Amino acid sequence: MRRGRTILLNVLAIGILGLLLSLAEAYCNGYQTQILNLIAINIILALSLNLIYGFTGLFSLGHAGFMAIGAYVCSILIMTPDQKDMLFLLQPAYDWVQNAQAPFFAAVLAGGAVAAIFGAIVGIPLLRLGDDYLGIATLGFAEIIRVVANNIPRLTNGALGFKGIPAYADLWWNFGWALVTLYVIVRLLQSNTGNVLKAIRDNEIAAKAMGVDVFRYKLLSFTVGSFFAGIGGALLASLLTTIDPKMFLFTLTFNVLMIVVAGGLGSLTGSVLAGIGITVLLEWLRVVENPVNLLGFSLPGIPGMRMVVFSLALIVIILFRREGLMGMRELTWRSLAGVFSREKA
Amino acid sequence: MQPTPQDVILETRDLNMRFGGLLAVSDFSAVFPRGSITGLIGPNGAGKTTCFNMITGFYKPTSGQVVFHGEEVQGRPPHALCRAGIARTFQNIRLFNNETVLENVMIGRHLRQKTNWLQTLVFTPASRREEKEIRARCMELLDVVGLADLAGEKAASLPYGAQRRLEIARALATEPSFLLLDEPAAGMNPQESEDLMGFVRTIREAFGLTILLIEHDMKVVMGVCEHLWVLDYGQTIASGPPEAIRSDPKVITAYLGEEQPHA
Ligand SMILES: Nc1ncnc2c1ncn2[C@@H]1O[C@H](COP(=O)(O)OP(=O)(O)OP(=O)(O)O)[C@@H](O)[C@H]1O
Ligand SMILES: [Mg+2]
Repeated sequence: MRRGRTILLNVLAIGILGLLLSLAEAYCNGYQTQILNLIAINIILALSLNLIYGFTGLFSLGHAGFMAIGAYVCSILIMTPDQKDMLFLLQPAYDWVQNAQAPFFAAVLAGGAVAAIFGAIVGIPLLRLGDDYLGIATLGFAEIIRVVANNIPRLTNGALGFKGIPAYADLWWNFGWALVTLYVIVRLLQSNTGNVLKAIRDNEIAAKAMGVDVFRYKLLSFTVGSFFAGIGGALLASLLTTIDPKMFLFTLTFNVLMIVVAGGLGSLTGSVLAGIGITVLLEWLRVVENPVNLLGFSLPGIPGMRMVVFSLALIVIILFRREGLMGMRELTWRSLAGVFSREKA
Repeated sequence: MQPTPQDVILETRDLNMRFGGLLAVSDFSAVFPRGSITGLIGPNGAGKTTCFNMITGFYKPTSGQVVFHGEEVQGRPPHALCRAGIARTFQNIRLFNNETVLENVMIGRHLRQKTNWLQTLVFTPASRREEKEIRARCMELLDVVGLADLAGEKAASLPYGAQRRLEIARALATEPSFLLLDEPAAGMNPQESEDLMGFVRTIREAFGLTILLIEHDMKVVMGVCEHLWVLDYGQTIASGPPEAIRSDPKVITAYLGEEQPHA
């Protein structure tokens, strides 16, 4: 019965989300819609990094690299050959790049798949490293992807990047993929395989003694995480319609990391809530980068100020609430019901 | 009476473990007959845990062999040896602290699981059935160690003695044939160690185990072990039934200045 009720509530929640999205579609202006779209994509990215870092304990800083792979693969597949003709000004695209085409859904999936393949390829050597080295090595990987993107003009159009990528990624696609991501990661973590991942995070030596092939499960988590990072990157490319190597700097990984830490390492609902909160906050903080007039004093806009405020916020979180918003707890229907019944009592 | 080869489940041959200039274990050769409960004793730093680490694959022996079910297994990784049937507990308890008591045991079952997580994505009947079975089986194991009531608690929140029993339940979940317990009675009160002796015998019968345990509590050692191996500074200084060991002058000397074996 419990299980039936949970499924019913989940279906209901998805229905309400659908309703809200159609309302948003009808009444939100372009800017507001953009923020909603970014929320969905940030949730995808945060969930995938939380799987890797929060649930498996792998301190990876390579998310921007996997996003770049997803973004480029998807963009190449959804731009028409004519578009690519116009775009590759410096050098013509490789024939297979020129002719490759796929519908949006398949293109996003391909973006995720290629990112996952790269995840596995770099994971095989890197996941044998200790924790600190893993962070540095994955950071290096993301940087290599960026440099490669800059230097293979016939594949990526070099520093110019892509413009006019078809804007297919609307609210429905983005939130649809966010739900898929949530579903897959929740099911993975609820299965006994999820217990194994958490065991590796908690005590790797004990996990080995329990017969866990630690390397294999780290690779699984890293590959699934890379897959969804690629999906997020693919959607982002189609949402923003332009990409170039500069977009995939470390700050992009940092944003995602911020969401994961703020929401709670090891809490999926934390990532969802922080994904919403921090995306809104980041937009709202744009104010501090514009010139403002405060009671007759005019303050000049300082570019980059947003990230300063942002970084300070991260430091404050680490100092005063290291476990983030949710710690390792999850918001479930049952815990929600508990809150309401307690309030009534 | 010498055990015949078929009766020996595990055997070590001239195991050596060197850490830099320190020979932590030297020429450790021991046989463990099927179904026996054997003790490994010796003063602090004698090399007992190091022997465990070599048998369970955490250390690769500098030289020598570990023969399990007639096969040389030294140097294999711990997870492979666990799959082959060697399980252990740790001297300093190593639980999965953020997981519940039940989840700690379920992780041990993972090894014998046939369905994988991709099947749970689409709720295949086989995966649902197996997940139910795993839960039920793990609850049974918790029942055996008397922790069924605490199944939903976080492992870290258990009292010390219960944490030790949880480690044993978790090891049993991997379906071992050879179980190594590293100081299972450490930190237990006299009543708890008394219960532990009965418990060790019970699980040997119930799960068809061969058990090797390290223990400082001589009451436990003498009460439950059928055979003892004594290490001092990495050397095997004696082996035999408990009564003989108790009166062995070399053993008494080794323990002098350390702690007198009080039996
Ligand atoms: N990984 C290691 N590197 C270096 N030296 C080690 C290592 N592991 C153990 N030793 C050394 O080997 C010797 C034996 O250690 P071991 O832990 O096996 O002793 P023990 O008999 O289990 O002692 P205790 O009763 O205190 O647990 C000690 O001198 C210890 O310092
Ligand atoms: Mg020891």
